[in-house]
Amino acid sequence: MKLLVCISQTPDTTAKVSFNADGTEFNAAGVQFIMNPYDEWYALVRACELRETLGGTVVALNVGPAANETTIRKALAIGADEAVRIDCEPKSAGFVAKQIAEYAKNEAFDIVFFGKETIDHNGSEVGAMVAEYLDLPYISYASKLDLNGSVATLERDIEGGVETLEVDLPFVVSAAKGMAEQRIPNMRGIMTARTKPLKEVPAVAFEDNAKAVQFTLPPAKAGVKLIQPDQMDELVRLLHEEAKVI
Amino acid sequence: MVLVFAESPRGQFKKSAFEAVTYGRKVADALGTSCAALVLGNAANAGQLGQYGAAKVFQVSDASFDTFDSQAYAAAIAEVAGKNGAKVVVLSHSSTGKSVAGRLAVRLNAGLVSGVNSLPSTQGNNLRVKKSVFSGKAIAEYEISSDVKVVSLMGNAVKPENLGSAVTAETVSVGASKGRIRVKSVKTQEGTVPLPEAEIVVSAGRGMKGPENWGIIEDLAASLGATTACSRPVADAHWRPHHEHVGQTGIAIRPNLYFAIGISGAIQHLAGVNNSKVIVVINKDPEAPFFKAADYGVVGDLFEVVPQLNAAIKKFKAG
Ligand SMILES: Cc1cc2nc3c(=O)[nH]c(=O)nc-3n(C[C@H](O)[C@H](O)[C@H](O)COP(=O)(O)OP(=O)(O)OC[C@H]3O[C@@H](n4cnc5c(N)ncnc54)[C@H](O)[C@@H]3O)c2cc1C
Ligand SMILES: Nc1ncnc2c1ncn2[C@@H]1O[C@H](COP(=O)(O)O)[C@@H](O)[C@H]1O
Repeated sequence: MKLLVCISQTPDTTAKVSFNADGTEFNAAGVQFIMNPYDEWYALVRACELRETLGGTVVALNVGPAANETTIRKALAIGADEAVRIDCEPKSAGFVAKQIAEYAKNEAFDIVFFGKETIDHNGSEVGAMVAEYLDLPYISYASKLDLNGSVATLERDIEGGVETLEVDLPFVVSAAKGMAEQRIPNMRGIMTARTKPLKEVPAVAFEDNAKAVQFTLPPAKAGVKLIQPDQMDELVRLLHEEAKVI
Repeated sequence: MVLVFAESPRGQFKKSAFEAVTYGRKVADALGTSCAALVLGNAANAGQLGQYGAAKVFQVSDASFDTFDSQAYAAAIAEVAGKNGAKVVVLSHSSTGKSVAGRLAVRLNAGLVSGVNSLPSTQGNNLRVKKSVFSGKAIAEYEISSDVKVVSLMGNAVKPENLGSAVTAETVSVGASKGRIRVKSVKTQEGTVPLPEAEIVVSAGRGMKGPENWGIIEDLAASLGATTACSRPVADAHWRPHHEHVGQTGIAIRPNLYFAIGISGAIQHLAGVNNSKVIVVINKDPEAPFFKAADYGVVGDLFEVVPQLNAAIKKFKAG
């Protein structure tokens, strides 16, 4: 089994979001960065579980600058065998997908794992792009993944339900809640992570064709209007006449 | 031309398809061009998409499209877009759209922005679109500079409108499908609007004390024609099914009206619901953080407030 897990680095869930004065860049000062939760909890852990039962190698891949190495080491501590960092600023989904595809195309991975989306860009874009570059099937928002020989059975979240499907290796998948349970790295994992290989690869050129150019904060809420608990007719009136939502 | 891929899961169009066509038509009007819709598979009455503004409806009535495979879908949409010289392709930001949009962008050498929530502005040949980022904590404007552009539209971001009249769908064919996914079964809950599409959501948290108390939530939802949801600890404790879990780790929704009942309003919960148009919070703790994100609030015991609210809703609906 040769498994690739693409991990991104994102601001912590609870981070205060702000931008520079002209609103063109995220203000990273004082922000703690983490591994994107879906990549860590579901994609990486499921890949490690498969490797533990079937043997093989889990490679964790990040497209990003050297500052991301703490996050990459965490992936190694959780259980990845080796890591690759494609050295650059991850400018856009299209740019990142191109980098991942260039790296993966000659490596013959059995499964390429993604998280369902990054919690900063909320794109859900990169996985599908890589699947197209590699000409492989793509299963998004998978909540279950089991392997039987070279045939995988997956469950995928769809609107108000679940789809069950089969696909042959190799394929690309994005992981959602249910695929695995979060793992906390143990001391041994943290120690061995220091000596596991972390390879640096140069980026390839890619002309960006969709980029965030301006960030703003959502308009502040006007403030909550409190209604007395015994005035529910008034709440209904407000929802109908003022908010116009019923 | 603007080409809209109108999803018809299991042969039925849903609201998201009408929203996408409405949006596509408005984009086409802004660019001074026409709007066409594309339907894959055996959906009945594809011509109705004309009502929402599609001047033409193309349909590929090949039964292989009745189950979903992103590879086959992307190839077909790209082929129809190419043949008709589409400059903008619009999809829904749904489970299908999320699997297809990236593939389509690569195939068409197009810039992609997923989950857009407003009409674009033009900047020369470039298109600027907005979407919510950082789990609803910010708004980003993206500029797409490629010749062909792909956008997927967030659910509930625009309302379906009558911008035209029904047309006769034109049957077209595409190259052989190269789908490799074998769909075994599709299970959906009957009788309820799926959460991502729901306009009104009644959601409850740990303040409910236990699963046996959910009757008042279901009654309120029924009176409102709403879909029920819950916070994460409630799903984790199996008080409610997992598909009801909203928030950062569950699903993100943007209904017109969100009722948060006995939910404290943790940041990870808000991440999935703070794009709701109007939020009503019912909580006995006046310090609950959710009140900061709320439009309307009731400080009180939910076991008293919810039945009274339900009675008021029923009275309102009755007359
Ligand atoms: C990485 C991470 C991801 C997470 N993802 C999610 C997520 O996706 N979704 C999510 O929901 N949470 C998520 N959480 C958990 C989140 O932080 C909170 O713990 C959770 O949302 C709390 O759920 P709750 O509001 O139902 O319960 P509590 O926080 O226990 O709140 C219960 C509320 O009910 C009120 N109450 C009690 N009794 C009554 C009564 N009789 N009448 C009226 N009000 C009453 C209380 O005042 C209180 O405000 C995540 C946490 C982490 C760390
Ligand atoms: N810079 C990156 N390096 C490696 N993988 C990434 C990077 N950015 C995104 N990904 C992967 O792509 C998934 C979807 O990202 P997005 O399309 O931005 O929502 C993430 O969950 C990661 O698995």
